[in-house]
Amino acid sequence: MSISATEPVSAPLSPVSAGQAHVAVRGLMRVYPAAAGRASLHALGPIDLDLMRGEFFSVVGPSGCGKSTLLDVLAGLSVPSEGTATFEGRRIAGSVPDGIGVVFQEDSSFPWLTVFDNAAFGLRRLGAAETEVKARVHDALRLIGLSAFAGAYPAQLSGGMRQRVCIARTLVMRPRFILLDEPFGALDQQTRLLMGDELLRLWRETGATILLITHSLDEAALLSDRVGVMSARPGRFIDVIETGWSRDRDSRIASDGKFGAITGRIWSQLREESLKSMEVAP
Amino acid sequence: MSRPAFYRTIVIAVALALLEAACRLGWIDRFSLIPPSEMLQSAAHILASGEYTRDILVTFGTVAGAAILSVMGGFAVGLILYRWPRLKRAADPFLASYYAVPSFIFYPLFIVMFGLNRWPLVAVAFVFAFVAMAISTVDGFLSVRPILLRAARSMRLTRTQTLRLVILPAAAPYLFTGVKLAIVYAFIGVVAGEFILSGSGLGYRIAFAYQSFETATMYGLMLILLVSVVTINMMLWSRERRLHARLSR
Amino acid sequence: MTAHSRPSTGRFDTLVLVAVATLLWAGLAALVGPKVLTGPVETLTHLGRLLVDGDFQASIWETARAFTLALAIAWSVGLVIGMLLGASRMVGEVSEPILTALYSIPKITLYPVILLLFGLGLSARVAFGAIHGIVPVALFTMAAVRGIPPTYFRVARSMRLGPAATARHIILPACLPGIVSGLRIGFSLTLLGTLIGEMFASQRGLGHLTIKAMETDDTRLLMALAVLLVAVATAASAIMLGIDRRLHARRS
Repeated sequence: MSISATEPVSAPLSPVSAGQAHVAVRGLMRVYPAAAGRASLHALGPIDLDLMRGEFFSVVGPSGCGKSTLLDVLAGLSVPSEGTATFEGRRIAGSVPDGIGVVFQEDSSFPWLTVFDNAAFGLRRLGAAETEVKARVHDALRLIGLSAFAGAYPAQLSGGMRQRVCIARTLVMRPRFILLDEPFGALDQQTRLLMGDELLRLWRETGATILLITHSLDEAALLSDRVGVMSARPGRFIDVIETGWSRDRDSRIASDGKFGAITGRIWSQLREESLKSMEVAP
Repeated sequence: MSRPAFYRTIVIAVALALLEAACRLGWIDRFSLIPPSEMLQSAAHILASGEYTRDILVTFGTVAGAAILSVMGGFAVGLILYRWPRLKRAADPFLASYYAVPSFIFYPLFIVMFGLNRWPLVAVAFVFAFVAMAISTVDGFLSVRPILLRAARSMRLTRTQTLRLVILPAAAPYLFTGVKLAIVYAFIGVVAGEFILSGSGLGYRIAFAYQSFETATMYGLMLILLVSVVTINMMLWSRERRLHARLSR
Repeated sequence: MTAHSRPSTGRFDTLVLVAVATLLWAGLAALVGPKVLTGPVETLTHLGRLLVDGDFQASIWETARAFTLALAIAWSVGLVIGMLLGASRMVGEVSEPILTALYSIPKITLYPVILLLFGLGLSARVAFGAIHGIVPVALFTMAAVRGIPPTYFRVARSMRLGPAATARHIILPACLPGIVSGLRIGFSLTLLGTLIGEMFASQRGLGHLTIKAMETDDTRLLMALAVLLVAVATAASAIMLGIDRRLHARRS
């Protein structure tokens, strides 16, 4: 399913009909209309994409290409100017659908709640019984390795641990589609690799569909089933690469020869787009 | 006791000792200032005799009333200014100049509105104190990091839920500062008002003692006021610090 | 939010707010009668007459004299104290509760002490005004200095700047916005303090006029004085705010 690297591709669709896709995107565009002192801004698209249930899909692209905008639209936090996005057959339009979880780039843990209460927050809002909440929260904390810190406050934790709290909070609600916007951006390389392994383990245990936005080519190549490479603004997919990794992978596949080929292929297309985005004013 | 608290105690102790020495050695004459030890004696005597207890309670009661109203009123005004930023920007030049007006000049107006009782004094203190709460409320709401609001949206919270479960807890440190300031300004407003206007209360008694040349009584009453204000302030201040520390990173 | 996007609507909005407040004022005055609250028109005409009156001008001059001195002391002493206390974390932690406690004392109760120490006259009024303004200026300055990124101090040391040079070239510019807020509040509170001082310690000045007006129930004079005070304090506050905004725009 590899396609030529130079032109924008409009249909990196998997070979099944759109009706079976977990998340389906057709002709998605986001254009910011002209306002005082600024011309209209074509930020994203057109995008066509199908995500299969349980797939791990990464998006890489140069700064400002619209990756985060794509995540916003798919999460229901923002409305597309054109085109459609559907989740489990129903349109995503302006509100966050049930079954979707988001982990943001910036730490969004609530500083006034303990780790436990943070993780329990979303589920409690849905009115679940306290016994159910306790069970699920302890499970999630165990899964991400924060059980010992259940009573601590975010201010007492490191940046990486706070992000794990946010991930736990999302996991507790058992989303079927998880979107992560450069969740490990603020962390050092070693922590990133370990967190990547964690994420894979969580993915296997929950069976959720994952969309990961990252600027790290290595991370995309290591973690995903498929990698979408975006052009400079307005972002469109110029390539979608199938990695072909087995489900039980972890960071040690970095020593596999295929890994270098994949990252090499990503960079050969991304390099030019990155240069383009550097010349354009933000 | 923590290190800063330890040093603080030393500083205050040294200052008091110097003052005591200055008074007793005659560097400051007895008509102006009596030694702190005698102030303490006078204060103890006043409390024991119960002669001024009614005035003390009246003052504290009025302060409490003014503080509660200022907190509620200030919070409401703060909410409005937060919801309508244009209104806030329009009002900005006046938010600091406000303090230049001696609010007790409106005392006659308040007498007409509320009658000849303690309520006009509450009004004078309210006018002085509610602005601080309003500004703190706005600052508190503005301090909520936008990412927390996005997280709330991503978890499908309603507007009311977001306000109750995210915005209010996040703004809590600033709101608490506002409450503290409201109490402080309420104290100042009430006591100053009693000093100038009223016939009862601690402020009035201090003014009366001054005019009657009863310096010992005057300083005793001032000490009682000082210690009360400082104690309340310290209790609020330590709570405020803990709130701010929990929420900063 | 860009500073340059709408200064004009900001000023217009303020005028609208003033207009609405004036209407409410007129309504309330009509309701309670001129003995209790003078209406805006009458107040402003009376103020106009006062401003051209020689005696009134002398009173203004008296107050201005005392106020300027008090403000100079409050601002300078407050700034110095604030910077000294803010520079060291330990010193700041030790002194902040003390300052806050001093701030919360109703200073009017110190008035007898001031009178006894300074006697009647200019120095008492200046002292009273100054003690109102010193603490808020110090507190705001301290907070601003504590907010300076520690790296700046390391840069100063690496360039071998002495304490005075560091204060002038690094500390002051870095924390100017926070300081300006303190100076604005300090201005208003010092003005209030000077007035209250004049109410008892003087036979001249606007504060003295105020107490006379209260004793003779001269509501019109009281309102005129209030309007004058608000106008002066607001003008000063607006000027300082304007300077502050321009400094902000330059650096962000």
